[in-house]
Amino acid sequence: MVSTRREFLIIAGLSAIGAACPPLGRIIAKETSSWGSRLPGTPGSVPALKAKRWAMVVDANKCSGDCRDCMTACHEAHNVPAIGNVKQEIKWIWPERFENVFPAESHAYIQESVRKQIMPVLCNHCDNPPCVRVCPTGATFRRADGIVMMDSHRCIGCKICLAACPFGARSINFVNPRPFIRKLNPDFPTRTKGVIEKCNFCEERLARGILPACVMACQEKALVFGDVDNPNSKVRQILDRKFSIRRRAELGTKPQVYYIL
Amino acid sequence: MLEKALTGSRRYWILVGILLAIFGMGVYFYLHQLEFGLGLTGMSRDVSWGLYISQFTFLVGIAASAVMVVLPYYLHDYKAFGRITVLGEFLAIAAVIMCVTFIFVNLGQPARVLNVMFHPSLTSVLFWDMVVISVYLVLNVITGWTVLSSVKEGVPPPAWVKPFIYLSIPWAVSIHTVTAFIYAGMPGRSFWLTAIMAPRFLAAAFASGPALLILLCLVLRRFSGFDARKDAIQAMAKIVTYAFIATIFFVVVELWTVFYSQVPDDMEHYRFLFMGLKGYNTIAHGMTVSVISAAVALVLLIDPRTRKKETFLAAACILVFLSLWIEKGLGLMVTGFVPSPLGHITRYTPTGPEMAIAIGIWAMGFLIITVLYKIFISVREAAELD
Repeated sequence: MVSTRREFLIIAGLSAIGAACPPLGRIIAKETSSWGSRLPGTPGSVPALKAKRWAMVVDANKCSGDCRDCMTACHEAHNVPAIGNVKQEIKWIWPERFENVFPAESHAYIQESVRKQIMPVLCNHCDNPPCVRVCPTGATFRRADGIVMMDSHRCIGCKICLAACPFGARSINFVNPRPFIRKLNPDFPTRTKGVIEKCNFCEERLARGILPACVMACQEKALVFGDVDNPNSKVRQILDRKFSIRRRAELGTKPQVYYIL
Repeated sequence: MLEKALTGSRRYWILVGILLAIFGMGVYFYLHQLEFGLGLTGMSRDVSWGLYISQFTFLVGIAASAVMVVLPYYLHDYKAFGRITVLGEFLAIAAVIMCVTFIFVNLGQPARVLNVMFHPSLTSVLFWDMVVISVYLVLNVITGWTVLSSVKEGVPPPAWVKPFIYLSIPWAVSIHTVTAFIYAGMPGRSFWLTAIMAPRFLAAAFASGPALLILLCLVLRRFSGFDARKDAIQAMAKIVTYAFIATIFFVVVELWTVFYSQVPDDMEHYRFLFMGLKGYNTIAHGMTVSVISAAVALVLLIDPRTRKKETFLAAACILVFLSLWIEKGLGLMVTGFVPSPLGHITRYTPTGPEMAIAIGIWAMGFLIITVLYKIFISVREAAELD
């Protein structure tokens, strides 16, 4: 959209230059494509991973509980800052105790191994996401393949989605996050202060044909990712074999992260 | 009529000056927040709304309460309120502007606020709240200003303004209902997930709003030539009494449901509200003050001997206002977030800058009230001289 006269003139001028020297245009296009293809898994080189309904299985039996590989991999891949202030930190995937993940299923005589179990929690990419329902600008939305996304450019930072999410999966950038990024990943955008962020099921990696960072980082293979709509997918094979539960399923948000205990 | 605000006594200008200074302090700290981000506040991942949104919620009630003087006068021809409907409407204008400002300072990216209009989301209660509150502001500006203009001219209000006045009555109910729906529609927050939220909000509004209006009328009588007259003040006192009893009744109904059913999730929040959890009992201390104020106010309001004495009535109104400001303010807000959905208890303490910004917005609201009431009084005085 051209919003001002000045911008219009700039764009008109550039278009004129472009039309006048087509070879230059071709050179620029060539440069870009050669730069792009050097990236591993650019569209074109490896086909994007597609699904009718993305879902994840967390096999808590396999999860060692004290390793943080999945969290480190995720937070490094997505430029998640390490704020240092526990109250205002940003978390996409983080460890919680069984009693906090499944408060209703917890009781005094539950087996020791389960009580002590620490497992990763993340956005559940609900089929009926309350965060999407309450967002006043459509900055958070659900894709056809089930991934609940954030548009950081549209978000006004009203925080109603933080109140609406029953899983505490959302964080707001209370301060400018950029100085707190330990190792910058140039392939993923950083965020600005005042916007909300959360796990995106690595949609940027799926588009390049790669599985989510947390799934690939887990050496115990405790995290499984796939199309829950496809009976032959890995997630369905596990769900067919083992008893699984979901966090706060009674609320009707239809979470798509399944836990095996 | 605006020019009436530009001439006034020394006392008027001192008040305007003080309020402007406090407002300026708020602006100063807001500029800091704008630069640094919401990290300047005490809000957190777990308690993601705090002082700002709590003040917004409380003030929507004050705004809605104008209906308590408008309705008896226009629908029931209760003449005693004829002198003060404009005061109610002007109070609503100030309260709505404060509400909008509190929402604004709560935003992480305030520059993008217009995205709510550019990309409206019809499933979002926040979007609808913006719609009803803006329309309510316009309605009150139209009706208040037009009615005062006809006072100035010494003529009855024009017929075209009547539909706006009638519309403002259900609209007042709508703004607080929609505000309650923001809270009452969230699946994971059992403390707010209650159908009685909207009725409770309205009852509390119709107690706290007229209580403030009584206090403002008493101040006006003392420091200006305007007397709202005893019968109007006493009628409002009765409204405060009934509405306050209804509010307390609704809270008791809520407590009964929660503690008789004994659903742990629901009980935890109320335990936190009244007793505190794991050593975090600041909110519970506040609620003790709220409960004691409510009890004293109730006695003073129910007994006609004290209600009819304006000193006691004023004390009762201050206590009603204080009690509900705590309960419907930070009490309602923080308790919704504690414990968190994961069972964590996160302490929320507003920071100094955060409080300064909130106080600045209140000063702005009182400045608007001061200026509008000054215009109201000057117009009336001029009309009476003619």
